[in-house]
Amino acid sequence: MVQSDFSYNSKIEGEVIVTRADAVVNWVRSHSVWPMPMGLACCAIELMAAGGSRFDISRFGMEVMRFSPRQADCMIVSGTVTYKMAEVVRRIYDQMAEPKWVVAMGACASTGGMYRSYATLQGVDNIVPVDIYISGCPPRPEALLDGMMLLQEKIRNEGGSLKRTFRGRTVETKIVS
Amino acid sequence: MDAAALTLKFPRTQSLKSIDMPTFAVANDELTEIVRYLRDTQGFDLLADLCGVDWPDRSPRFGVVLHLLSTTNKEYVRLHAACDNDAVPSVTSVHPGANWHEREAYDMFGIKFTGHPDPRRILMWESYPYHPLRKEFPLAGIEVPLPAADVAAVTGQNVEPAPMMGGPFVSHGGHMSSAEPQALDQSWNEEKPKA
Repeated sequence: MVQSDFSYNSKIEGEVIVTRADAVVNWVRSHSVWPMPMGLACCAIELMAAGGSRFDISRFGMEVMRFSPRQADCMIVSGTVTYKMAEVVRRIYDQMAEPKWVVAMGACASTGGMYRSYATLQGVDNIVPVDIYISGCPPRPEALLDGMMLLQEKIRNEGGSLKRTFRGRTVETKIVS
Repeated sequence: MDAAALTLKFPRTQSLKSIDMPTFAVANDELTEIVRYLRDTQGFDLLADLCGVDWPDRSPRFGVVLHLLSTTNKEYVRLHAACDNDAVPSVTSVHPGANWHEREAYDMFGIKFTGHPDPRRILMWESYPYHPLRKEFPLAGIEVPLPAADVAAVTGQNVEPAPMMGGPFVSHGGHMSSAEPQALDQSWNEEKPKA
């Protein structure tokens, strides 16, 4: 869907706005992503910097960091996920309400990074479906913001239902409109 | 450091050659008493470190190394106690700070500390079947189930050996621009499987 699908032309439409429910819902969702900071290592420090005044993630409507998974839309996995922690990450993901997205921030969360060892999960996408991968070790706050804007783009382009596949199973959430 | 007094009081204690600090091999069953004696009599009031060691060609294979610091005399002493049947006495009754160190040595080497108040693993999960810092344990790991059975069932994920791809990865030194860690065996990688 392109922007013009739900843009408003006052000359034609006057005080009436015609659009699609999906477009409105996606627009609202993409502009109020409430992240769950899954801070596990040094990437979390950059995540905090992104929340601070210099980089200011609130410019994109994402400043409402929720430390409860029940209130969050987007889990930002920032750091090394050990096998011992993998259970916790998955449980917190399960506790988040749909619709939900996952951002793998940095090399460790994406692939295990430099930790090729017995203790480290080789990428958080082995246990939760990941929407956006951000490179860097750790990524600078700008890279995180870029990734989050890509996530916004992805949310804006989602269809009427949220279909996501994970290891052969399809998880679907209908938008109530 | 009064080495003569120590060996006089504990005759089975042997002095070992060391480049940096007085080092002693102590008898397994005397370890706690020696640490207590050094703390009370010779002023070694701080346990700086306690770790396990694994010498595959020695018998007994495992041992424990303690670094003690005297904050008054500004000196260190190192003690090595060989395991007896993979066990050494705990020194937590003398230095409570040894608690987590001993749990780590147990977790990583499987050394049992007799008299430890809380002998659980500290880093790996309780049902993990191996002791990862033993010499025969591969860095990449060995496949075992995830600790949480329900998460393993949903994700189908196991604890899997990490892809080493010719690793471990080590720096060959030199200038920063060329010191990037590289695999020791570069004859194979993601694209080209090991022959």
